[in-house]
Amino acid sequence: MNGAQPGVWNRFRRHHAAVAGAVLLLLMFAACVISLPWSVHGMRHQQLTQALSPPSRQHPLGTDEVGRSLLWRTLYGGTLSLSLGLLAAGVAVVIGTTYGALAGYVGGRTDEIMMRIVDVLYALPYMLLVMLFTVSIGAWLQKAGVLGGEWARFVVLTLAIGGVSWLNLARVVRGQVLSLREQPFIEAARALGLPTTRIVFRHLLPNLIGPVVVFGTLAVPQAILQESFLSFLGVGVQPPQATWGSLAADGVRLLNPVRFDWWLLVFPCSALSLTLLALNFVGDGLRDAFDVRRER
Amino acid sequence: MLRFALRRLLTFPLLLLVIYTCAVLLLLAAPGTGLEGGEKELPPEVLQQKKIAYNYERMTPDGRIEPVPWWERYFWIWPRRLVWDGDLPAHQYEDWTVVEILRSALPVSLQLGVLALGIAVVLGIGGGCAAVAFRGRWLEHLSVGLCLIGISLPTFVIGAVLLIVFALWLRAVPVGGWGSPTQAILPAVTLALPYAAYIARLTRSALLDAYSEDYIRTARARGVSEFRVLFDHALPNALLPVLSYLGPAAAAIFTGSFVVERIFMIPGMGTHVVESINNRDQTLILATVLVYAVFLASFNLLVDLLYGVIDPRIRVGAQHT
Repeated sequence: MNGAQPGVWNRFRRHHAAVAGAVLLLLMFAACVISLPWSVHGMRHQQLTQALSPPSRQHPLGTDEVGRSLLWRTLYGGTLSLSLGLLAAGVAVVIGTTYGALAGYVGGRTDEIMMRIVDVLYALPYMLLVMLFTVSIGAWLQKAGVLGGEWARFVVLTLAIGGVSWLNLARVVRGQVLSLREQPFIEAARALGLPTTRIVFRHLLPNLIGPVVVFGTLAVPQAILQESFLSFLGVGVQPPQATWGSLAADGVRLLNPVRFDWWLLVFPCSALSLTLLALNFVGDGLRDAFDVRRER
Repeated sequence: MLRFALRRLLTFPLLLLVIYTCAVLLLLAAPGTGLEGGEKELPPEVLQQKKIAYNYERMTPDGRIEPVPWWERYFWIWPRRLVWDGDLPAHQYEDWTVVEILRSALPVSLQLGVLALGIAVVLGIGGGCAAVAFRGRWLEHLSVGLCLIGISLPTFVIGAVLLIVFALWLRAVPVGGWGSPTQAILPAVTLALPYAAYIARLTRSALLDAYSEDYIRTARARGVSEFRVLFDHALPNALLPVLSYLGPAAAAIFTGSFVVERIFMIPGMGTHVVESINNRDQTLILATVLVYAVFLASFNLLVDLLYGVIDPRIRVGAQHT
């Protein structure tokens, strides 16, 4: 049995919103990554004389309160946001798939205990624990000198967000494995005397590519969104590092009735929302493409 | 049903203990106690007094000062002072006990949360039903599009936009604060929108699933009106996934209100949570973690029980169907 199901690509291609989302996503990603050599320095370059200037020829997206070009900051922030989303989703996929596959394949008492643990984890106050985790472990890493201050927070955030979003995937994967393990080809593999790890990783997991890809895709916008909340609350990445979330948060913070520096809010928010929208479209498209049952 | 409820009730304290222990371990991992003060150094005598007041150290009967073991502080002295004596002080606001802070902040967050949850349920189920009732027409596309936007926009962006439009331009409602009903509208709507969008999506897909079932065809064949097919036959079953989402949603609304409280300057739990974590206010952190844990666990329990009441198929240990 091969992992690549026939017709997935064709079904995905017919989903116009998903294709548009994928194209938008690629463009956004390319823009962020290609501009990285310039944006790394550009996002830190302050020109206090030009603080809070509206979009102009020199600064296409305007400047922030210390005169840093919002264009570079948005591009750089996009790189961080997207990579954080992808990495966190990666963490979630690795943990969720392994956990779910093991629980489903081993079954019995082990499965029971592993799933009760998932139930308990479901009831944790996540925002709170992630915030606590980020601040505590970030401070610890910084003191231990393992990572520089600016990056300690980023790494911890990625791990924390990825570490709490694998629960759904674990449940789905377990359910799939439960039905798959009774199939003849698994029985054949077992009869051949293959070791459990080989059966799980070579024969079971390739058949789970559908749900894993769909959940992985949908975990990316979730992670980006959560990071933006944490940044808004001041527990996100450490300045002068920036993500779309922290830029938008800065825009909201500078909101006042006297003067309305709209560019600070509009550009990072549009970039963030468009990307999230595109990711959700792609996720929905993939879900429809993989899910044969609900084919249109 | 009763046995199921009892078993879930028994896991309740266990869950609290797990969450509390997680929080304690995270506190222990970070350096410092949060008492040392920020910019200005405290005189050693003052620090000593504070350490005794917060049970980091204690006086032995023969007048020596010894450190209190962490497990005794976190798992015996503090919980006892918090729940039993009610005199556990917060680190950053020294004149306030944790109980007093919670008493002033919790009702605010609760009102906001309940209001938002109500709005989310009404808007969400209404939107989902509208999308299905007007299948293939512009209202469906509008509803589906609004849902995607609602899911993709961060709360603080929605809040900021609403604030600019309704408070600054139209001057229809106050900018922030808490106390009057008009001050509650914007934050509650802001908080509710993403969840309303998600509930609408759930309702819509569950309704569409229900529409392909035989009993709907039977109802139509019997000549039941399209209106009653939707509300009497399809909706009750479509509500199940919505209900099971409400547990985590209620939990997320209460914790998600951190952001909304910050935007609209509402004196609720969110402010205290964020500040206590940033200032390493250990007593307040542990108390808020406990409060949220109690909430989440109760919501999940409530949803499980309701689930059994509504869907007879999963009534665990039921005597009659």
